Amino acid sequence: MSTFDNKDGGAVLLAMVDTIQKNKAYLSDIDGLIGDGDHGVNMNKGFSLFEKNYCDKEFLFSEGLEYLGMTLMNDIGGSMGPIYGTIFTGMSEAGSNLQKISLTDFAAMLENGYKGLSEIIEAKVGDKTLVDTLIPAINSLRDSVARKEDFKRALLKMKTAAKAGSDSTKNFKAKYGRASRLGERSIGVLDTGSVSCYLLLSAMADSIITLL
Amino acid sequence: MQRIMNDPDNIVDEMLAGFIKAHDNIVESTANSRVVKAKNILPDKVGVITGGGSGHKPAFIGYVGKNMCDAAAVGEIFSSPTAAAFLDAAKAVDQGKGVACLYGNYSGDNMNVKMALKMAKKQGITIKTVVANDDVASAPKGQEEKRRGVAGEILMWKVGAAKAAQGASLDEVIAAAQKAIDATKSIGIGLSPCTLPTVGHSNFDIKHGTMEVGIGHHGEPGMKVCPLGTAKEIAKKMVDIVLSDYPFKKDDEVVILVSGLGATPVMELYVLYNEIEKLIGHAGLKVHKAYVGNYFTSLEMMGATFTMMKLDKELKELIDVPAYSMGLKQE
Repeated sequence: MSTFDNKDGGAVLLAMVDTIQKNKAYLSDIDGLIGDGDHGVNMNKGFSLFEKNYCDKEFLFSEGLEYLGMTLMNDIGGSMGPIYGTIFTGMSEAGSNLQKISLTDFAAMLENGYKGLSEIIEAKVGDKTLVDTLIPAINSLRDSVARKEDFKRALLKMKTAAKAGSDSTKNFKAKYGRASRLGERSIGVLDTGSVSCYLLLSAMADSIITLL
Repeated sequence: MQRIMNDPDNIVDEMLAGFIKAHDNIVESTANSRVVKAKNILPDKVGVITGGGSGHKPAFIGYVGKNMCDAAAVGEIFSSPTAAAFLDAAKAVDQGKGVACLYGNYSGDNMNVKMALKMAKKQGITIKTVVANDDVASAPKGQEEKRRGVAGEILMWKVGAAKAAQGASLDEVIAAAQKAIDATKSIGIGLSPCTLPTVGHSNFDIKHGTMEVGIGHHGEPGMKVCPLGTAKEIAKKMVDIVLSDYPFKKDDEVVILVSGLGATPVMELYVLYNEIEKLIGHAGLKVHKAYVGNYFTSLEMMGATFTMMKLDKELKELIDVPAYSMGLKQE
């Protein structure tokens, strides 16, 4: 079974920072269609602050998730501060004692991230939020664990599931967040949170694959 | 973008620095750079805090002062303050009698306040909340809990803070602020969009010659787009929407707040108020007090909000309590 070293995982965090920085304008533009257009800007600010404070430090993958989560929660605020902050610190918690991270471990980490999130938001699949990306990704990983699939294949499948989940938000009417007040008018537009969530999971997957 | 700024990423911090320098007789900075606190807070009273995203000047820090909020947590532009900022605001003003956190109904603020409450509990600080939901355009009647908080928040702060200044208990302050917001309804109209300095272009459009009725404070789309009418027609639309949202009877006394959204000349706000006042009079209501000006803005959006609070004896007494903050000064 393939694994990656927790200590090599710093690169994964930097890949996540990189994807947010590259997609700053794209995320803000989608947000502008039904939100207030600042998602990319705020995400970029949070992830870049993490990069500034930690880029020259050595840290484990699980530690990096904790630092990133705390940076988002304590320094950025908005909606994404608590949302991503909770996901990343939850992931970190579940991975903190690991030297090597397997597919099963990674799936458990992501699940624990969602567990924390579910304590602060009530959104379910179909409510046009990042949950629409996160849940299919977790389900895909779980499924791969059950099938004893290879880590790389599982990550690629997770990416596909996450992308499909994010794309599905186009058909939904927003029930949470700023777009929820638009009702029918939110249909036809992607949920920005679901897109940033896909981008982050995708960056994580691609980067982990290089470490396997 | 025609903006007076340095690095857009630092605009909030630089605004705060300027604000604290300019109003150092009213406010002071705290250990948390995103928390602004009133000077000379009365001893032995319930703390009153608020918080919200930036870009709404004078809200939120402009309503920190004497007999107004004791502290405000400051977020990025149009983005909730952190949970840590809400918590630090509460800690900065807690005198052992508890803290009333009076804020607006937005998902980010709700989440961060929820987390701050959790942390406060662990540290032995009691925070209770009232969530403003005065924007009638943001959800239909019967779903008031989904409505956004807009300029009506100012009247909620005014009432809650006055109650606290009178030495009321935390539960009494909360009850007064809740009563205030329940009696308060708002509607906004937008004439032109606004641009986040960090984004550089506006992310929504209001076509020339049209207005968006029910627009939100961050440009959230409204109920409908219609041709831009005269001040009289605009006033009629706004007053009709607000009056149809709650029961009132002849001779009820009301407070009216007409706020610009940032780029509409103040002169036009008085033109609008003149029309609104006539319609309110025709409806049989009496204006006890009026506030007209840029009270709660939305960067450089053009447009205005109309807010009305129906008074009872307690609300009237509390709204009349003198106050001194940057955004609201009354004798």
